[in-house]
Amino acid sequence: MSATLTAATARPRTARHGLFRLGIARIGFEIRLYFRSTDTVFFTFLFPFIMLGIFTAAFSAQGNIGTNPDGSGGISVGAYYLPGMLAAGMLLSGLQNLAIDIAGEKGDGTLKRLGGTPLSPLSYFIGKIGQVLVTGILQAVLLLLVARFAFDIALPTEPEKWLTFAWVFLLGVITCAFLGIALSALPRSGRSASAVVIPIVLVLQFISGVYLQFNALPEWMQNVAGLFPLKWMAQGMRSVFLPDSFAAQEQNGAWELGLVAMALLIWLVVGLVGSRLTFRWIRKDA
Amino acid sequence: MTTSPPAVRVARLSKSYGPFDAVTDISFDIRPGETFALLGPNGAGKSSTIEILEGYRDRSEGDVTVLGEDPQHAGLDWKARIGIVLQSSGESGNATVLEQLKHFAGLYPNPRSVDEVLAAVGLEEKAKTRIHRLSGGQQRRVDVALGIIGRPELLFLDEPTTGFDPEARHQFWDLIRQLKAEGTTILLTTHNLDEAAELSDRAGIIVGGRLIDIGAIGELGGPAARTPKVRWRDASGTPQEVRTDTPARLVAELAGAAGGEPAELQVIRPSLEDIYLGLVRGHAAGSATQSRTTASSTTDSTEVLA
Repeated sequence: MSATLTAATARPRTARHGLFRLGIARIGFEIRLYFRSTDTVFFTFLFPFIMLGIFTAAFSAQGNIGTNPDGSGGISVGAYYLPGMLAAGMLLSGLQNLAIDIAGEKGDGTLKRLGGTPLSPLSYFIGKIGQVLVTGILQAVLLLLVARFAFDIALPTEPEKWLTFAWVFLLGVITCAFLGIALSALPRSGRSASAVVIPIVLVLQFISGVYLQFNALPEWMQNVAGLFPLKWMAQGMRSVFLPDSFAAQEQNGAWELGLVAMALLIWLVVGLVGSRLTFRWIRKDA
Repeated sequence: MTTSPPAVRVARLSKSYGPFDAVTDISFDIRPGETFALLGPNGAGKSSTIEILEGYRDRSEGDVTVLGEDPQHAGLDWKARIGIVLQSSGESGNATVLEQLKHFAGLYPNPRSVDEVLAAVGLEEKAKTRIHRLSGGQQRRVDVALGIIGRPELLFLDEPTTGFDPEARHQFWDLIRQLKAEGTTILLTTHNLDEAAELSDRAGIIVGGRLIDIGAIGELGGPAARTPKVRWRDASGTPQEVRTDTPARLVAELAGAAGGEPAELQVIRPSLEDIYLGLVRGHAAGSATQSRTTASSTTDSTEVLA
């Protein structure tokens, strides 16, 4: 600690220090830390790959799903579960990731330290949402590549299917990101964050058609799932990746993309308002 | 000559958490460029006070001005002018020292050079190490580095040298002297009284949420508290202790009377730690019988040292 510090000469008072530029700088920093956290990489990033592999291995012997009476046609188990795994990835990358991440940062003092710097909460949010978008897109693209080349699942070729994929994905993942920020207020400590968040995420996945065939669930469970966003993300993804003949198996016999958009938009507003109301650098006077 | 406004002005500050009064009616000023130490036992209200000044907590009563603004409502431009070293950090620290410093430098409009700060805290060799792999003392140096990277006008140091080895502590003191020389105003809390004596110009002592004394480091506790003690063992072997303002004369008399060296002769000037302990104990004893009023100016508090 002996080197000399250059004395301050003049102190230029820049007005507002680019919120957006700082936000972009945060994205790079956040992504780097994301991939250094073993827990996150395993339970958020790789989890859908592992589940897709397990389902394919476990149920392939039972033959295709949605076959004709004579046993022909239908799609492979992997192809059937792919949309659910993509939806689960969105939920994990957005909601589970940020809820646990931010609760942890609150618990270990990271947020308190940032709150003492001229970093705007807006730039911090840009960093988090950007981290979710980049890692979520990377996860989805890798999942599609693995599905196509490792599990030999045919992907749609029609451009309008991919357009649907794009808006369902972006709207869903951003909604989940804001819901994650809002949910991060719930755990009382960073250490309890996983214990609070993972059960919520797990139950949603079971009732929303990610792990279990949605049309095989009792009607009341389908109705309960319909109150939450994951069911709609999974339905949107099924409309992209399953043959149109499968639309008949949906709750109302159609993909209902208009309802998908509306449900996700409502949850986006809930997430935005919840984030705005609950986010604090520190719990004042706790 | 005009006197510049104080960097920190605290007037009749009180803070309560529900029924518990953490801070009661505290007033003090810190001049620009001054290093001011807040001393006091654990739980005395130091951290509540400093966190109100940093903008982390809202006050219950009183007025607080820090660099001309009320920290409760100050914006990002104000935060760019202060630096904070919090009491403890438990960050998971997946970033390397260099990454963390570069990132934080980017948050400020006029940061110090990252290399300079790394050198100043003696972490050049650990630049590429992830923070969670550093020792406790080294992590504390990262905290200090992050506190000064933005070239703050006012630096808050809440127990900055916890976990430092003696060498690191002396290096840290050198660093703080450099910052002082540049004109940085510093508010320091510490349990290390040597550190307070070494670095600060003035100090305030908080006990039980009240400021019981404030003044220049050389004047705390008043003249009576600093009266030197002369100790020796007399001819019969009995230990003797006399407090006197003229210790040299007493020693000369003793030497003359004994016709040689008095046994085990010591002249002791009370250290800041002695004075501090005297004040804190005196206050504890005093508050049992009477409620004291706050010493909000540099009055000497000899009565508590009876």
